[in-house]
Amino acid sequence: MDLTGSIKVKNLNFYYGDNHMLKNISMTVEPHQIVAMIGPSGCGKSTLIRIFNRMNDLIPSTRVEGEVLVDGVNIYDKEIDVVGLRRRVGMVFQKSTPFPKSIYENIAYGLKIVGIKDHRILNETVEKSLKRAALWEEVKDHLNKSAMSLSGGQQQRLCIARAIAVDPEIILMDEPCSALDPIATARIEELMGNLKDEYTIVIVTHNMQQAARVSDKTAFLMHGQIIEFTKTTDFFTKPSSKITEDYITGRFG
Amino acid sequence: MNRQDTSDIVFRRILAVFPISILILVAGIFFQLAYSSLPSLKHFGLAFFYNTTWDPVAEHFGALPFIFGTCLTSLVALLLAVPIGIGAAIYLAEYAPPKVSKFISILVDLLAAIPSVIYGLWGIFVLVPYMRNYVQPFLGKYLGFLPFFQGPNYGVGFLAASIILAIIIIPFIISVSREVILAVPSVYKESAYALGTTRWEAIFDIVLSYGRAGILGAVVLALGRAIGETMAVTMIIGNNVVITPSLFSPGYTLASVLANEFAEADSNMYLSALIEIGLVLFLVSIVVNILARFLIWSVTKGPGQVIK
Amino acid sequence: MKVLIHSSFERTRRRRAIWDRAMVYVLSLCAIGVLFILFNILTHLFIQGITSLNPEFFTNLPKPVGEKGGGMANAIAGTFTLLGLAVCLGVPIGLGAGIYLSEYADLKFAHAVRFMSDVMNGIPSIVYGIFAYTVCVLPMKSFSALSGGFALGIMMIPMITRTSEQFVRMVPVQLREAGLALGVPKWRVIVDIVVPAALGGIMTGIMVTLARVAGETAPLLFTAFGNRYWQHSLAQPIAALPLQVFTYAISPFDDWHRQAWAGAIVLILMVFMINGWAQFYVVRHSRWLSGK
Repeated sequence: MDLTGSIKVKNLNFYYGDNHMLKNISMTVEPHQIVAMIGPSGCGKSTLIRIFNRMNDLIPSTRVEGEVLVDGVNIYDKEIDVVGLRRRVGMVFQKSTPFPKSIYENIAYGLKIVGIKDHRILNETVEKSLKRAALWEEVKDHLNKSAMSLSGGQQQRLCIARAIAVDPEIILMDEPCSALDPIATARIEELMGNLKDEYTIVIVTHNMQQAARVSDKTAFLMHGQIIEFTKTTDFFTKPSSKITEDYITGRFG
Repeated sequence: MNRQDTSDIVFRRILAVFPISILILVAGIFFQLAYSSLPSLKHFGLAFFYNTTWDPVAEHFGALPFIFGTCLTSLVALLLAVPIGIGAAIYLAEYAPPKVSKFISILVDLLAAIPSVIYGLWGIFVLVPYMRNYVQPFLGKYLGFLPFFQGPNYGVGFLAASIILAIIIIPFIISVSREVILAVPSVYKESAYALGTTRWEAIFDIVLSYGRAGILGAVVLALGRAIGETMAVTMIIGNNVVITPSLFSPGYTLASVLANEFAEADSNMYLSALIEIGLVLFLVSIVVNILARFLIWSVTKGPGQVIK
Repeated sequence: MKVLIHSSFERTRRRRAIWDRAMVYVLSLCAIGVLFILFNILTHLFIQGITSLNPEFFTNLPKPVGEKGGGMANAIAGTFTLLGLAVCLGVPIGLGAGIYLSEYADLKFAHAVRFMSDVMNGIPSIVYGIFAYTVCVLPMKSFSALSGGFALGIMMIPMITRTSEQFVRMVPVQLREAGLALGVPKWRVIVDIVVPAALGGIMTGIMVTLARVAGETAPLLFTAFGNRYWQHSLAQPIAALPLQVFTYAISPFDDWHRQAWAGAIVLILMVFMINGWAQFYVVRHSRWLSGK
């Protein structure tokens, strides 16, 4: 069976007004891999992952040049159904974003909007997704409680469960652990490892150790350019670029 | 103690008179109204609220028709104003280009600044003829099987009053709802998009549900205004003491009976009964305001406090 | 599972897209509807009002029924008189309360006063009319300008309290500290430095409040009462523009209807102008505060 969830970026340029935010980016993300993006703040790593599900469309006066192929289809084509694209490319944000609904409704929401009303299917999916996100044991007895009542780490796992409930191919994570304590962070990192047998994950992080721990490949961005993009083991042991070396040693040292 | 300290304390005490006078004023209004309505309170008791006869000549006073009129017009006004107001607010906050949105918001503020007597004037000479010639015949023809749209067609009446009330409270609903919607961080909308929602679904299901307590607060405040609105309603409601399901019928509200009859009240009991109506308006507006403040307050404390 | 979601998505895609598209039209229709009402009101007001306006309107007294012409000179003057009286009552109390809340009040007391001000703001204006009737008109045994001014004045108090508190609070702490560091007592710092620094903002609050009460009719119905002639003392009934518009509008005479429209346009221009003036103050004030 062919694996789905590949991303291929070809000569991508991104402008915000007159600012050239991303410069001539080319990269390939293989299916079912975890790719980490690191770099100093303002380097464009968050902008880049928001390219993959066209989240930047929401910001006025932005412009994209080049191609971004998800499973071989250019998502910046005129014909593309953005709503359908975003269903296939889910996203988890820096700030946990539980909807002001019950835990159950949060997970079921993505299914309900596409017209799935069968309670058996909904129940099954909610349970499966929460289990997948390692939250089931903690919440199974109060699924009808407000999602707002969960702790920060639980909320973030809820958001992951909500994202996988609609069965995407790719999950984008924009600094998902930056607001969490080390224990909650560890749980989410463990979770990512479990998820990659089904999904491609692209994660932006400001924490290089995290990138080293969770990812298969790491991209290093600076000033809107990819300085280095290679296997994570190589990236941290024998970086090919001097800038990369300075960056990782500077932080670690 | 030196002189500087003394002067400071004196100044502070003098200044304290002013905020204290606000507290006294509210209490004073309450006691004054309650005291002045004592004769009526004693004589009619609770019957005042369920009696349907309002006969100044026989000095028999029951306020139910006015309570009915106020409830009916306010509710119909909300029914009309809430969807339109929130719809326009969503358009301004989420769809319109920023410049257009700003411009329209200024116009909406302009609408809010128009004195209610001018709404009444417009109501008499523009709205009422339009109701009589077009709207009510149309409703009677197509929805006449419902009891709400039956009865003689004068133009003035509950429906015209409800529409003018709706127009008066719409700007208010728009400006508060717009603020509330704009205050919802865009990452929540993005979270919805990331699940594959359309724009409308993200706004309606997610953004509005974050803002619902605030919007509900705005609606309750608007209800308070509708209940107390006097001039515009008085000018077009038709002044008729009646309880009827027909929206075409001329009617009366608590505030408009005060506006029409207070200056003519020639006996103590009559005056006392009217002041009791004022007392009712006072108390209802306080309850409504407390409820609305509570709702708005619960939102400003942050999204963690959203009411389920 | 994947197949089910995919097929459901495909099945509902068209319906959802159409719905999404339709809502754009529905929502913009809401906004357009509101604008349409505004323009309808304003155009009627201007067309009817302008054609009924003439110099006589500003200089003459109302004529009895049946005689053509006449104006609202006394009502215009009456509105200014009532606003003047209202300012005498509302501004000192509101301003004093606002300053106290910002500079001295402890949290609980401030909370209580703010809450009461908000409650007062929500009380229907006709209730203030009744209150003024029972405490002014009944003891004086006459409708009067004073009782009308009293009703409008107490309506102004909560609004002025809230706005002045807000603007006094906005005065930078350094300014206060600079004053205190010179050895000036706190009350003199407030009077000489803080309040003057906030004055532009306070003026804005007063203007906005004035614009709001200038159009009030309900509280005047049985306090100021209206007068077809010039009043000779503040203890007599007095005419007011909104009252006159009301009386003429509900009359059965065409000539009076025209006068009502003319009165309405003068009233609304007055309200808009006071609001515009307030904008002027707020712009100047913020520029002043930011030091430009």
